[in-house]
Amino acid sequence: MSDVAIRVEGLGKEYRIGADQQRGVHGNRQTLRDKLAGAASGSLSALTSLFKRNGSNGSNGTNNEILWAVKDVSFEVKRGQVVGVIGRNGAGKSTLLKILSRITSPTTGFAEIHGRVGSLLEVGTGFHPELSGRENISLNGAILGMRRAEIARKFDEIVEFAEVGKFIDTPVKYYSTGMFLRLAFAVAAHLEPEILIVDEVLAVGDSAFQKKCLGKMSDVAGQGRTVLFVSHNMAAVNQLCDRCIVLRDGQLFFDGGSAEGVDCYLKLGNREAAAAVMERTRQGTKTAAGKGHITRVEILDEEGHSGACIGVGEPFRVKIHIEIYERIAQLVLGAEVESPTGVPMLNLRTDGQGVDFGPYAAGSHIAFTITLPGLPFLPGVYKISPWFAEREGRRIDQVNEGVHVTLEGKGRFQSEKMIQPGKSMMLMDCAWTDELEP
Amino acid sequence: MSDTTTSVSNHARIVETTVPAPATPVLRIEPSHGWISLKLGELWEYRELLFFLTWRDITVRYKQTLLGATWAIIQPFFTMVVFSLFFGKLAKMPSDGVPYPIFCFAALVPWQFFANGLSQSANSIVGSASLIRKVYFPRLAIPISTILGGVVDFALAFGVLLGMMVYFGIWPTVNCLFLPLFLLLALTTSLGVGLWLTALNVQFRDVRHIVPFFTQFWMFATPIAYPSSLVLDKYGSIWHALYGLNPMVGVVEGFRWALLGSGASPGPMIGVSALAAVVLLITGAFYFRRMEKTFADLV
Repeated sequence: MSDVAIRVEGLGKEYRIGADQQRGVHGNRQTLRDKLAGAASGSLSALTSLFKRNGSNGSNGTNNEILWAVKDVSFEVKRGQVVGVIGRNGAGKSTLLKILSRITSPTTGFAEIHGRVGSLLEVGTGFHPELSGRENISLNGAILGMRRAEIARKFDEIVEFAEVGKFIDTPVKYYSTGMFLRLAFAVAAHLEPEILIVDEVLAVGDSAFQKKCLGKMSDVAGQGRTVLFVSHNMAAVNQLCDRCIVLRDGQLFFDGGSAEGVDCYLKLGNREAAAAVMERTRQGTKTAAGKGHITRVEILDEEGHSGACIGVGEPFRVKIHIEIYERIAQLVLGAEVESPTGVPMLNLRTDGQGVDFGPYAAGSHIAFTITLPGLPFLPGVYKISPWFAEREGRRIDQVNEGVHVTLEGKGRFQSEKMIQPGKSMMLMDCAWTDELEP
Repeated sequence: MSDTTTSVSNHARIVETTVPAPATPVLRIEPSHGWISLKLGELWEYRELLFFLTWRDITVRYKQTLLGATWAIIQPFFTMVVFSLFFGKLAKMPSDGVPYPIFCFAALVPWQFFANGLSQSANSIVGSASLIRKVYFPRLAIPISTILGGVVDFALAFGVLLGMMVYFGIWPTVNCLFLPLFLLLALTTSLGVGLWLTALNVQFRDVRHIVPFFTQFWMFATPIAYPSSLVLDKYGSIWHALYGLNPMVGVVEGFRWALLGSGASPGPMIGVSALAAVVLLITGAFYFRRMEKTFADLV
């Protein structure tokens, strides 16, 4: 029993999403007026609901929809294990960590934690802009649960790690973003609990700093401490964790070795988020009454295999299947490509390149293929949204949700020195020469 | 609520040691039902955080203001000037035999402490949303530290009060030894009401709009501009004691009695005030703890 650090049994957390509230997942906030109005309408339960913690009153309970952010999750973590928790956005990772760090309470089940916990759901929590770096170290340390003596002992180490040196007595509001993040992480990194719960904190700063953070994390892991680590950085999960939990729609989907876990997650991703194939029905489209519609979009690699993962700069094809309802004399086909952050990257269209398609008879099914010579963009998931129109006419159909292609850094394009989001958007293979001048 | 056993969540105290303790503390996290314990022991474990939060509130309060800590004095001082003009000079309000300005200021100093504590603590949890959503610690630490931070403002205004006493030639009697008790009473009241309001404010943001009115009404229900002897003369001693159900009556009367020697020794009324304040504090703390679990989801 004593070698168990965390035990989770049947843990669940529900949120009520009221139909009459437009406040999203956490939409339990009501005004007193609502409650008093309820009371006026004769139901005493509205008043007693002042004491109900979920703020939902019985009288309009039928309007409430229930969302299980985490549902029936059970697992056990042994002392000294480093466990990665992965899953898509909204899979319940953060809610799970919030329950384990006692920020929010579960609806069902229980969790047992054996040992002193430190949780790190965000760097810089409680930093006050008006206070100096020095003051913030003390304050933040206390917030994270460090003792004053402990903070004093580690103070120099923290300052050194954060590389803020002479600015230590400057209010942090004058810090650059990088300095701020470094200081914030430095404090957090010096927390020494027996069990550490970390949420995606490595996703800050430039790549050099990220590397440093990762190093610190593996130090922590190496010291035999128990770590629960949520990340979207598969490389980090692979490197740091010996075990991996995959969550999907709030439920445990996979629990096992981290390599298999990452693999499982990526496959899940391929099937769901980064779907290489998209099927559409006529009812699903907005322009159902138009002259035709895009029935299927798929991404094929050079050999014609279906695949959502393509190397940066490697040619691939987008195959677009269109069903024609009414005769189209001249068809214009196009596709827009968006970066992972939503920046429009490419605007492809046949009429721009003098390509003519058509005429097509009513009832025909046509498969169009766009062959791209390779996208020299930074690795990431890019969205491709095809559309088609009649020449000189309005767009007939457009796939707004798009298909997703994952560009991977491979071959010539995998140096981290070149791949720095924020510094550039593209990767280019160019020739470099030098010659000695007389 | 089907289970009848009182399940107390987060049951274990966390033993803070750098060396792993021989018996590892076990923390059990489970759904909680009904009214839950205050867990003052845990709050005590986090006393350093309480200290740092208070210290932060004090340090930050007057940063980047032109007049700095003078603000702690300006507010009660100018209220005193206005009251002296309108109630003292124009309305000729009786003032228990001491000059009206100091009669009024001796009440305004604890009142400001109470009123500021109230409005700041009412917003404290909502204002600390980022903390509440990301870190665990006893949530009681936030309103408590907010109110403790007000003690510094009180001390500054109290300094002015002492200066005024010198100016008017009033020397405190031995009664002033009771002063800390009255300050404690003000603190208790402020925290009690503050806990109710801050917990309500998380769920109903109306509270923040109500608080200014609320304090204004309360101010006139408290003998600041007038002596409580008016109530005594008009309605008799029983009503006068019941008037003490407003704990701030006890505080204000106590301050005047301890510092200025004005009024009678506030016997039974203080008892009533103290009782009312303690009831407010205990119910406030339990209500706060009951609602606490939802804070992270609602702020």
